[in-house]
Amino acid sequence: MLARSVTHALVGLEPRRVEVEAHLGGGLPAFAIVGLVDRAVQEAKHRIRSGVASALLPWPDGKITVNLAPAQLRKEGSSFDLAIALAILGAARLIPPDRLHEHAAVGELALDGRIRPVGGVLAVAEGSTRAGIDRLLCAPECASEAALAGVEPIPVRHLAEVVAYLRGEVELEWTPNGNGTIPPRPALDLADVRGQERARRALEIAAAGRHNLLLAGPPGTGKTMLARRLPSILPPLAPAEALEATRIHSVAGLTSREHPLLTDPPLRAPHHSASTAAIVGGGPTARLGEATLAHHGVLLLDELPEFQRPALEALRQPLEDGIVSIARVGGRATYPARFTVVATMNMCPCGARGDPALTCTCSQQRFSAFRDKLSRALLDRFDLVVTAPRPRATELAAAPGEASAAVRERVVAARGRLEAGALRRTSEAETLLSNAVERLPLSGRGRARVGRVARTIAALAGSDTVEAAHVAEALSYRSPKELELR
Amino acid sequence: MRSIPRARLPPLLRAIHDPPACLYVRGAAADDVLERPAVAIVGARACSPYGALVARTLGKELAAAGLVVVSGLARGIDGEAHRGALAAAGATVAVLGCGADRDYPAAHARLAAEIRATGLVVSEYPPGTEPAPWRFPARNRIIAGLCAATIVVEARERSGALITTDFALEEGREVLAVPGEITSPLSAGTNALLRLGATPVTCAQDVLELFGLTPAERQAPPVEGDATRILAALPATADELARATGMAAGAVAGALTALELAGLVHEAEGLYRAPPSTPGRQSVDRGFA
Repeated sequence: MLARSVTHALVGLEPRRVEVEAHLGGGLPAFAIVGLVDRAVQEAKHRIRSGVASALLPWPDGKITVNLAPAQLRKEGSSFDLAIALAILGAARLIPPDRLHEHAAVGELALDGRIRPVGGVLAVAEGSTRAGIDRLLCAPECASEAALAGVEPIPVRHLAEVVAYLRGEVELEWTPNGNGTIPPRPALDLADVRGQERARRALEIAAAGRHNLLLAGPPGTGKTMLARRLPSILPPLAPAEALEATRIHSVAGLTSREHPLLTDPPLRAPHHSASTAAIVGGGPTARLGEATLAHHGVLLLDELPEFQRPALEALRQPLEDGIVSIARVGGRATYPARFTVVATMNMCPCGARGDPALTCTCSQQRFSAFRDKLSRALLDRFDLVVTAPRPRATELAAAPGEASAAVRERVVAARGRLEAGALRRTSEAETLLSNAVERLPLSGRGRARVGRVARTIAALAGSDTVEAAHVAEALSYRSPKELELR
Repeated sequence: MRSIPRARLPPLLRAIHDPPACLYVRGAAADDVLERPAVAIVGARACSPYGALVARTLGKELAAAGLVVVSGLARGIDGEAHRGALAAAGATVAVLGCGADRDYPAAHARLAAEIRATGLVVSEYPPGTEPAPWRFPARNRIIAGLCAATIVVEARERSGALITTDFALEEGREVLAVPGEITSPLSAGTNALLRLGATPVTCAQDVLELFGLTPAERQAPPVEGDATRILAALPATADELARATGMAAGAVAGALTALELAGLVHEAEGLYRAPPSTPGRQSVDRGFA
């Protein structure tokens, strides 16, 4: 006897339809799973046997062969457990096999028969919608995430409950929980930052124009504090962006149960000891890197020169193309990775440079090694470079700064103007830019960067053209000569 | 590469008590550049942004007024003084403590090439001589010997630059020092010199007076409105300027760029300063000098 169930495997972030066929034949009792499966899928045998027993169902006699088709597609992980169990039960006619065709299934089995949540449910649910299957059996924890794809989730807690449902003995329905609440905005607010007017202004420009920002200065000046507050002044994600970011976070197992949909731009802050694979993705299982998790959001690189140079150089591709492609044994995986970088750095290894109260004790060699970590090519990717000096005590006693919400309003308005049309430079602005290129150490790429930043500044000012004053301000955010590699 | 035997050395250098046997000379300038009125600008290798700005400005303005700027091609003050002179298209001479064919320090190879293109690189050591610690004090006696006056911009308490001033004093040459903050170890050497009676340098004019020269003509760029308020509040960080003037951070940034392009403001490590002797900030009465 034969039965089929449907589930989806993930290739990168893309769902691929997988048919699970179970054949129950005569012969000595045996249980084999074929179809290019990894160790986790092989181990499903034990989980399924125990799970079926815990659901007080008989284990079918005879030789059980399970095939996961298409057979050439590599299948990894524990999310196939439920579909395999259902195919076997269908083949044994413990559940009506035709009911299986109306449902897709995803979930891991516990030994006591409970259904455990798995990652990547949103992508799997999108696969089901595309395949024309509008109901998805999954753990209750995954239900609200599956619903985002437009599929009807059937929340199932236990294998016995699935069987009863498919036999038509119980009705299971998903009711959206959280009664439509919007997840709270992150608690970090720009009002916490006192002083640092210049860095705050640069942060606003970075948010409006999606410019990469480098904050340099001695330790303890609030660089990291400012950088962490960039998401708070970014507009919420557009629906398509939100879905894409959620899919990525779901595959990485990072979504919240109550509010699976990411409505705010994500912030990822990998530690500077992170490997290249951790940052751009890769490794034996082609896992997602921080660059991809920061898609549509912010990648914070705290202490930029402390990162391993290969990891930093690997970021050049996503910064240029908005994707990362990882070559691995089974082929090439391409993940989206379009993000804004905010990086912080001290101005020398000992941190005293830029602090009027201290004297730098770094040797010339140590200082050169520190600066050499940052290639010209990488520094060129930062449109805005700001030196944040140590604030005086009076500054810290000053009134709190402007709150994030007010800044965000200006950012949203500026983005609207930037999207509406190209802002042209006036002839005075053009003259100033040309003069500056002659007088200051500005490369051709540097000139283009200044032009882009000036456009954003004009949009923030609500101007229809890029004026000389906007170009002058943009010029002040070019990389300072201390960072120039001679 | 040419060489000047002792008999044909410039008179000032020949006058010191142990003039070099021979001077090896490399560069596009004629040898008689060494006989023109010259001033040495020396100081710490690990200088502060303040010292670098002063050295460059002095190098530029003294060279523009017609003096030859002599220094030792080292990192820090020396390099900035040479760069300043080159920026003014003036004459500059680098005295090395190794063969004149060597680029030392290696990081200044390009600067050395620029100096050779318009000025001179000289050494008493034959080509191929390696740099060695004991050769640098000897090199300093040539720097002091070539010049009628030696300016120390920034020096720690036991700086090599003070060896140069010792030589200058022994030969009865003028020694000048740039005052610094009394709390800064980088100015301990120069402030000590001032206490001993060295002439303080507050602008290029102080040096030019010794030579009876007048500063090169330069027209002051027009400064108005916001820019005046910013100039009055210097030195300061951009944030302090925003608070002091009540302007928005963006407006301050734009105004600072305009001032930088006009050469009225210099930025280093986040701190903006007016270069020494900015026109409009000079209100000192020099009548009694």
